[in-house]
Amino acid sequence: MTDRIGSAELGVVATLRRGVAVSPQIVQGIGWTLLLAVLAAGGRVVIPIAVQRTIDDGILAAGGPDAGRVAELAGLAALALLVAGVCSSAVNVRLVRRTEAGLATLRVRAFRHVHDLATLTQNTERRGSLVSRVTSDVDTISLFVQWGGIMLLVSTLQVIVATALMVSFSWQLTVVVWVCFVPLFLVMRYGQRWVAARYTVVRERMGGMLAAISEAVVGAETVRAYGIAARTGARVDRSIEALRMAQGRAQVLVATTFSSGTLMSNLALAVVVVVGARLGVAGELSAGQVVAFLFLVQLFTGPVQMATEILNELQNAVAGWRRVLGVIETTVEVVEAPDAVASPRGHAQVSLRGVRFAYPGGPDVLHGVDLDLPARAKVAVVGQTGSGKTTIAKLVTRLMDPTEGAVLLDGADLRALTLTSLGDRVVLVPQEGFLFDGTVLDNAAYGLRGPGGDPRRRVLEAFAELGLTDWLADLPHGVDTPVGQRGEALSAGERQLVAIARAYLAAPDLLVLDEATSAVDPATEVRIARALDSLTAGRSTITIAHRLSTAEASDLVVVVHAGRVAEVGTHAELAAADGVYARMHAAWVAQTR
Amino acid sequence: MPPSTALTGSRTRRSAQLVWRGMATSPRTYVLAVLSSALFGAATVAVSRAVGWATDSVVVPAIAGDQDAQGRIWLAGLVLAAVAVTLTIGVWCRRVWAGWGYVDVGAAHRRRLADAYLRLPVSWHRAHPAGQLLAHASADAEAATGVFNPLPFALGVVVMLVVATVMLVAIDPWLALAALAIIPAMVVVNLVFQRHMSPAAMTAQRLRGEVADVAHESFEAALLVKSLGTADREEERFAQRTDDLRAAAVRVGSIRAIFDPVIDLLPNLGTLLVLGVGAWRAASEAVGTGDVVTAAYLLTVLSVPVRSFGWVLGELPRGLVGYDRIAQVVDCPDALAPGRSALPAAASGATGSRGIAARFDGVGLDVPDAASNAPVTLLDSVTLDVPAGSTVAVVGVTGAGKTTLVSLLARLMDPTRGRVLLDGTDVRDLAPGQVPAHVALVAQSTFVFEDTVRANVTLADEQTGSNDADADDGDDTEAGRYTDDAVWAALRLARLDEVVADLPGGLDAPLGERGANLSGGQRQRLAIARALVRAPRLLVLDDATSAVDPRIEQEILRGFAGAGTTVVMVAYRMSSVALADVVVHLDGGRVVDVGTHEQLLARDAGYRAIALAYEEETRRREELR
Repeated sequence: MTDRIGSAELGVVATLRRGVAVSPQIVQGIGWTLLLAVLAAGGRVVIPIAVQRTIDDGILAAGGPDAGRVAELAGLAALALLVAGVCSSAVNVRLVRRTEAGLATLRVRAFRHVHDLATLTQNTERRGSLVSRVTSDVDTISLFVQWGGIMLLVSTLQVIVATALMVSFSWQLTVVVWVCFVPLFLVMRYGQRWVAARYTVVRERMGGMLAAISEAVVGAETVRAYGIAARTGARVDRSIEALRMAQGRAQVLVATTFSSGTLMSNLALAVVVVVGARLGVAGELSAGQVVAFLFLVQLFTGPVQMATEILNELQNAVAGWRRVLGVIETTVEVVEAPDAVASPRGHAQVSLRGVRFAYPGGPDVLHGVDLDLPARAKVAVVGQTGSGKTTIAKLVTRLMDPTEGAVLLDGADLRALTLTSLGDRVVLVPQEGFLFDGTVLDNAAYGLRGPGGDPRRRVLEAFAELGLTDWLADLPHGVDTPVGQRGEALSAGERQLVAIARAYLAAPDLLVLDEATSAVDPATEVRIARALDSLTAGRSTITIAHRLSTAEASDLVVVVHAGRVAEVGTHAELAAADGVYARMHAAWVAQTR
Repeated sequence: MPPSTALTGSRTRRSAQLVWRGMATSPRTYVLAVLSSALFGAATVAVSRAVGWATDSVVVPAIAGDQDAQGRIWLAGLVLAAVAVTLTIGVWCRRVWAGWGYVDVGAAHRRRLADAYLRLPVSWHRAHPAGQLLAHASADAEAATGVFNPLPFALGVVVMLVVATVMLVAIDPWLALAALAIIPAMVVVNLVFQRHMSPAAMTAQRLRGEVADVAHESFEAALLVKSLGTADREEERFAQRTDDLRAAAVRVGSIRAIFDPVIDLLPNLGTLLVLGVGAWRAASEAVGTGDVVTAAYLLTVLSVPVRSFGWVLGELPRGLVGYDRIAQVVDCPDALAPGRSALPAAASGATGSRGIAARFDGVGLDVPDAASNAPVTLLDSVTLDVPAGSTVAVVGVTGAGKTTLVSLLARLMDPTRGRVLLDGTDVRDLAPGQVPAHVALVAQSTFVFEDTVRANVTLADEQTGSNDADADDGDDTEAGRYTDDAVWAALRLARLDEVVADLPGGLDAPLGERGANLSGGQRQRLAIARALVRAPRLLVLDDATSAVDPRIEQEILRGFAGAGTTVVMVAYRMSSVALADVVVHLDGGRVVDVGTHEQLLARDAGYRAIALAYEEETRRREELR
C-alpha cells in the first residue's frame, strides 16, 4: 500500500518536541531569552506603581503636593521603562532570528522529502496542497512565533507580575479583578471557537471563489468558444457573494467577542472603584492604591482578550507544524537500499522477471511479465490504451517498484542500485514534457550533467543533431525564446521537441520514450526518430508508441495485451504472423494512407 | 465600458482616490461606520473623564473620611458602568460596519476582475498566466482592501483627539500641553515605523510568493526531476529562495522588535510627564488629583487608537500596489467588441446546405513578443474559401500556425489584418452569442468544468429556464435546450456512452476538478460530444480526434458531412485528411497550397513530406535491408 501524505499523528507537546528536534535552532539560548522576557514584563507595572506613589507620596503627601519628589519618581520610572524596553527589543530579536533559521531548515527538509517520495505518493496529493506544506503551513508557524509566541510569553509574564503587585496592595481587590475577568475568559473561549468555525467557512468559500475564477481563467478558450460567459459569470458571482457573506458574518462575530472584552474591562473599572473605595474607607487601601488598580486592570484586558486568540493561533501553528512534519514522516516507498551499489555505466540490458504490479487498492495491471530486452537494441512496446505499456516504462525507470518479481539492469535488481547512478543511466521522457518558466536554452540545458563545455554550444549542437535547427530558427528568438509558465508559450508538439532534446543531452545509457512525440507532425516525428536512431546507436532505447512507425523501425517489438506480454519479435516476424500486432499494424497502415 | 479604474496623479492624490472610491462602494455602511467610530472616540474620552471624576469626588474624599463622598460610591459605579456600555456600543457598531464595508470593497474588486476575465479575449489570457490572475483575485484584492479595515477606526480617533484636547484645555492648559505633547511624537514614530516596515514587509511578501512559485514549479516537474535525478539541484534552488525569505522575515521581525517597545514606551513616558506636571500644578492648586488621573488614564488608553493612523498609512502603499494591479486588468481595452448582425437562420447560399460558408480574406495576425515587444507574425496573407457544407483539412508541421488559424473561426481572437467572414459577414460585426450559437470548436486539450457530465456536455446553466434578463452572451440559446436523449445520443456518437453509463449517477455523475476522473482520451471524447450535441453549422476540430479510433472518427466526420455541416479540421491522420474535400497546407503562417489530397500530393513537396512521412520511412527502411 502506498502511504498518503498525512499529518503527523502527534499531540501538541509531541508535535512541538518533534518540531524542535527537526529545527533545533528554535530553542538555542532560550534561557537568556526567558530571563530578558521577565525583565521586559516588569516594565509593564512601572506606570501603575508610579501613579500610586505620585498620588500617595506626591499630590496627597502630608504637607501638600511635593513636586520635587514626583519629578524624582518620574525620572526613576523613566529609567526602568528604558531598561525594560531594551530587554523587550532583545527578546523579540532573539526569538525572530532563531525561529526563522529553524523554519528555513524545516522548509528545505520538507521540500526535499517531497521530491524523494515515490511518484505514486506524490500523485495522491494535489500539487497545490503539497506546495502549501512548504509555504503557508510554515508561514502559520512563523506568524505564530513572531506575533503569538512573543505575545504569549510577554502577556503571561505581564499577568503574573501585575497579579503579584496587586496582591501586595490588596488581596481582596485582586480577587475581585480576577473574578471580573473570568466571565470574559469564558466568553472569549467559546466565542473564539465560533469565530474559528466561521473562519473555516471563510477559507472554504475563498477556495470555492478561487476555483470558480480559475475555471473562468483556465477554461477561457472553452468559455469563448461556447459563448457561456454569462453562465460562468453567474457561477463566479455566486461564489463571490458567498464569500462576502461568510466574511461579513465572521466579522460580526469577531466584533461581538471583541466588544464583550471592552465591556468587561470597563465594567471592571466600575467594580474596582466601588469595592476599592469601600476597602479604602475601611482603611485597607490608600487612594493611590485604588487608582493604581484602575491602571492595573488595563494590564489584564489585553492578555485575556488575546489569550484565546493566541491559543487559537497556537492550534493553527501546531496543525501547520503537524502537516509539515507529516510530509517529512511519510515513508519513501522507492527507497535506496542501505547497501546499494552504484551501477557502472555501459550498455544497458533490461530484464523483467515475473513482474506483477497493482496500483494501491486496485487489481493487478501486470500479471507476471517476463522479458529480456537485449542491450543496445531499440525496443518498441505497443498495445491498446490501458494494456500496461506505461506501467512497464515506470517500472524500468524505477518510478515505482513491482509488487512481485524484479526488474533487472545488467543483471542487478534495480532496488539494489543507488538512485543517483540509476538516474544517470536511465532517463524517461513522458508524454507531457514539463518545461520550466525560462528559455528553450534553459530547459534543454537542464538535462546537462557534469562539466563539459559551454552549455549553449552543447544545446545548439543537440538541436542540430536532432535535425531541429530549422524549427529552432523559426522561433521568435531561436534558442533564447521564452517558453512561458509550464512551457505554455509553445504548442504541445514543440514542448515535446524540447523535452526530447533535454533527455538527449542527459546522455543516458537507456532512454525510455513514453509517447514522447504524440503531438508532433508525422514529418518531424520521423525526422526525430531517424536522428535518435543514429545518435543512440550503441545505446538502448525503449519506446512506448501509439503510432506504429516507431515499431517498424525498431529491432524488437513487444506487444502488451491486458497486462501480459502477448507477442515478442521483430516487426517483420510479427507483421507476417496472424496475431495482435498484425491486426494493429494493418489498421495503422490503413489510417496513414 | 466604465470610465478608467486606474488612479492618477501624485501619490497622496492616488491614496485619497483609493480611499474615496472604496468608501463610495457602500456609502451607507461607511457613514454608519464613521459615525459609530466617532461615538467610540467620544466615549473613550468620557471613560477617562469619569475615572478622574470618580477619583476626585468619590475615592479620595471618601477614603479621607468624607461622609457625602462615601454615599456617592454606588453612584460612581453606576456612572462608570453607563459609560462602559456606551463605549461598548460604539465599539461594536464600529467593528460591524467597518467589517461589512471592508468585505464589500473586496467583493467589488473581485466582481470587476471576474467581469474583465470573462470579457478579455483568449489572446490576452494566453499572455497572462493563470496563477497571476488568481493572485489578483486573492492577494491583490486583499491588499487593495486592507486599508479599509482600520480606516473607520482612524477616522473615529480624529474625533477622539479633538474631544480630548477640548476637555484637557478646559481642565488646565499646562496639563493639556503635557498630555498632548506626546501625541505628535507618537504619530511621527508610527510614520517612521511604517516607512521602514512597508518596504520590508513587501519584500518579505514578494519572497514568500517566489518561494511558493519555486515550490509549485518544482513539484509540478516532480516526474522530470525524478527522471533526470536533479533533486539536489532543485533543493539548492529552493534553499536559496528560502534563505532570502528567512533574511527578509528576520528584517521585518527586527524592525518590529525595535519599534514595538518604542511605540509602547512613548505613552508611558507621556504619563510620567503628566504626573510630573500634574504634581506641580496640584502644588499651585490649579488641578485636583482626579484631573491628573484623567490625563494619565487617557494616555494609557490612547496608545492603541493612535496606532491606527500608522495602520492606515502603512496599508496604503500595499493597497496602491494591489489596486494598480487590479486596475491594469480591469482597464485593459483588449476586448473583442461585438457587433449587431445576426447570421441568416440556415440554408443560405446556392447549395441549400445548412452549413456556414467561411472565408479568410487576406488574414494576418501579429502578437507582441513578451521579451522584445516587437511584433511576431503568426499568420500572414491567408486567403481561403471554405464552401458551405464542405470538409476542409488543415495540414502543416508543428508550429505552422494551424491552431491559430482555425481559432479565428470561433473568434477566439481577431486578425490584425484582413477579415474572417462567416456567410459573408465579418465575425466582428456579429452580435454576442451569434458565433457560439452556430460554430463549435473542439480544442487540442479539453477543459472540463467541476460539474456533472450533463452540464459538461450541454454547458447550460443549472437552473434550467431561469435566464437572467441581462445575460449578454446568448443565454437563451442554451439553457434547457438539450434533452437527456440528445445528450445520450451525442455521447453515443462520441463513444463515451458506456463510460458514462458506468459512472455512479450516469449523466448526474460529478466530474472532478479539471475532469480528473477521466482519462485523456475520454476527456477528448467528452469535448466531441459537447460539439455534437449542439449540431453546429460550422465545426472546428483542432487535432481533437487523435485519441478516437480512426473508424469512429470517420463515422463522425461522415455524419457531419451528411448533415451538411461545414467542417474545418486540423489533422495528422491521412485517413481522415483523405475524406476532406479540400486540403490546406500551412507553413510558417502562410498558405502554401490548397487543393485535394491527390492534387497536393502531386505538386507540393512539403505536403508530400508530411503526408507520406510514414510510408516513405517504411520504404527507406526496406531499401536499407
